[in-house]
Amino acid sequence: MISQNLSAIFYLVSGVLFILALRGLSSPETSRQGNLFGILGMIIAITVTFFSIGNFSSGFVFVLIFILIGGSIGAFIAYKIPMTAMPELVAGFHSLVGLAAVFVAIAAFLNPTAFNLGLPGNIKLGSLIEMSIGAAVGAITFSGSVIAFLKLQGIMSGSPITFKGQHPLNAVILVSIVVIIYLLCSTQSSNLFWILLAISFLIGFLLIIPIGGADMPVVISMLNSYSGWAAAGIGFTLENTALIITGALVGSSGAILSYIMCKGMNRSFFNVILGGFGATDDVSNKQTKEQRPVKSGNADDAAFLMKNASSVIIVPGYGMAVAQAQHALREMVDTLKKNDIKVSYAIHPVAGRMPGHMNVLLAEANVPYDEVFELEEINNDFANADVAFVIGANDVTNPVAKTDPQSPIYGMPVLDVEKCKSVLFVKRSLSPGYAGIDNDLFYKENTLMLFADAKKMTEDITKNL
Amino acid sequence: MEIDPLIFRLSIFILSIFVGYYVVWSVTPSLHTPLMSVTNAISSVIIVGAIIAGLSGDSKSVFNTSSIFGFLAIALAAINIFGGFLVTQRMLAMYKKKKKEKQ
Repeated sequence: MISQNLSAIFYLVSGVLFILALRGLSSPETSRQGNLFGILGMIIAITVTFFSIGNFSSGFVFVLIFILIGGSIGAFIAYKIPMTAMPELVAGFHSLVGLAAVFVAIAAFLNPTAFNLGLPGNIKLGSLIEMSIGAAVGAITFSGSVIAFLKLQGIMSGSPITFKGQHPLNAVILVSIVVIIYLLCSTQSSNLFWILLAISFLIGFLLIIPIGGADMPVVISMLNSYSGWAAAGIGFTLENTALIITGALVGSSGAILSYIMCKGMNRSFFNVILGGFGATDDVSNKQTKEQRPVKSGNADDAAFLMKNASSVIIVPGYGMAVAQAQHALREMVDTLKKNDIKVSYAIHPVAGRMPGHMNVLLAEANVPYDEVFELEEINNDFANADVAFVIGANDVTNPVAKTDPQSPIYGMPVLDVEKCKSVLFVKRSLSPGYAGIDNDLFYKENTLMLFADAKKMTEDITKNL
Repeated sequence: MEIDPLIFRLSIFILSIFVGYYVVWSVTPSLHTPLMSVTNAISSVIIVGAIIAGLSGDSKSVFNTSSIFGFLAIALAAINIFGGFLVTQRMLAMYKKKKKEKQ
C-alpha cells in the first residue's frame, strides 16, 4: 500500500503522459511515440490504483480476469475492423466509455465508503453533485452513441427522425434532469438516482435521432466531447487527477473537432443539433431540376487527358471508399507518376464520415501522407493544374456554394475544382449528393463525366494509360 | 482558512481544458481519426474508478452489488483501452512518408 500523496503524484504523471500522447499527433513522425506515451500513462494509472488499494486478495484475481476478457475483445476488434468502419467503431467505443462512467457512478452511489465519499444515504454533497453529473453525461453519451452507431452501421435509417413538439420535449427533459439532480442532492433518495439515469438515457436517444446521416461527423465529435466530460465528472467524484486531466483533454478535443466539422459544412453547431437537415430539401430539388447538356466520356478519353497532363489533383470522397476504389486509385496514380506526372490529393474537411477519415483510407492504400493536402493548402493549386480527378466526392466540389446565396450549402468551403483546365468526374449518375442539390460542375464546359463504378473506371483508366 | 481541495481540482480541470485546446489545435488534420481513437482509449482511464469499486467487496464475499458494477465497468473500459490504443497503433503504422522502392 502506497500513500495517498505518492499515488496522487503518479496519477499526475499519467495525466501528463496523456497530454504528450495527444501532442505526438501534431505530425505523423512523432505520433507513434505519442501513442506509446499514452499506453505508458495507462499502465501507470492502473498499477498505482492496485497499489493504493493494496488488496491483492481474491477480488484482485477477478479484476485481472475482467481486464483480460475486455482486453481480448478490444484487441480482437482492433485488428479485425476495416478502416471504412472506423466511424462505427469510434461511436461504439464512445458508448462504452459512457456506460463505464454510469457503472462507476452507480458503484460509488451504492457503496460510497469504498470511495471515501461518506456513508450510503449520507454522501458528501459535493461528491453527490459530481457523481450525478458524471452519471447523467455518461448515460447521454451511451444512448447517443448507440443511436449514432446504428445510423452509421445502416441498421437504423440515416434520415432524420423528427416529430411535432420534439424540441420542447427535449427542453423539458433537460430541465427536469437539473431539477432531479437538485432533489437528489437534498434528499439522497436512491429512487431519484435511478430516475435520473433513466431520463438521461432517454434524452441521449432523443437528441441524436433527429440528426441526419450527413451530419454524423459532427455527432461523433460531439459524443467524443461528452465522453470526456463524463470522465471528468467521475474524476471529480474520485478526486483523481489523471481522470480530471484526461476528461478535460478529451472534452476539449471533441469540442474542437465538432467546431472544425461544422465549419467544413458551414453549419452552426445549433443548426446541426436541432437536426432535420437533408429531410426537406428533396422537394425544392425536384422543382428546379432541368435538363442541361453534359459531356460524358469513357476510360479511354480520361486516360488520354491525364497522359497529356503535367499535373493532376485527385479529389476523393466517401463514395470512393464505398466502392473500395482506393487501392485501384493508388495504382492509377503510380502509373501516372511513372510518366512523370505530378499527382497530389485534395481532402475536404468533411470528405469522409468522421474527422480525418479520408486520410486514413488513403494511408491504408499506401498513399504517402506528404502527397495528401488539406483544402487550404491546395485550393490555389487547382488553377495551375491540368486535370482534376473527382472520385466519389460531390457536394464538396459544388461551385454553387460560392455563387448562389439561395443554396443550402452557400458559404461552405469548397474545393475550387472548376478552375482546373479539365475536370474528370467519376460518378454513377447525375443524382445529387447528401445535401440534395444539383452540382453545377457537371454542366461546365471543361467537365467530362465518367459514368461508372469508381473502382471499375479507375482500373480501366490504368489499363489505357 | 484553508482552501477547499475542490478548488485545486477545479484549477487542474480548467488549466487542462486550456492545455487540451492548444494541443488539439496543433494536431494535424490528417491525424484527426487517430486523435479520436486515442482520446477514446485515454478517457477509459475511468477504469481506475471501476477497479476501486471492484475491490470494494470484503474478504468473505468478492461480489456485492457495487463491486459487480465495478467489474462490468472494468470489462467495458478494458475493451476501450486495448481496442483504442491498438487500433490507433494500426492506423499510425500506415502513415508513411515517401513510398519505398517496389520489391
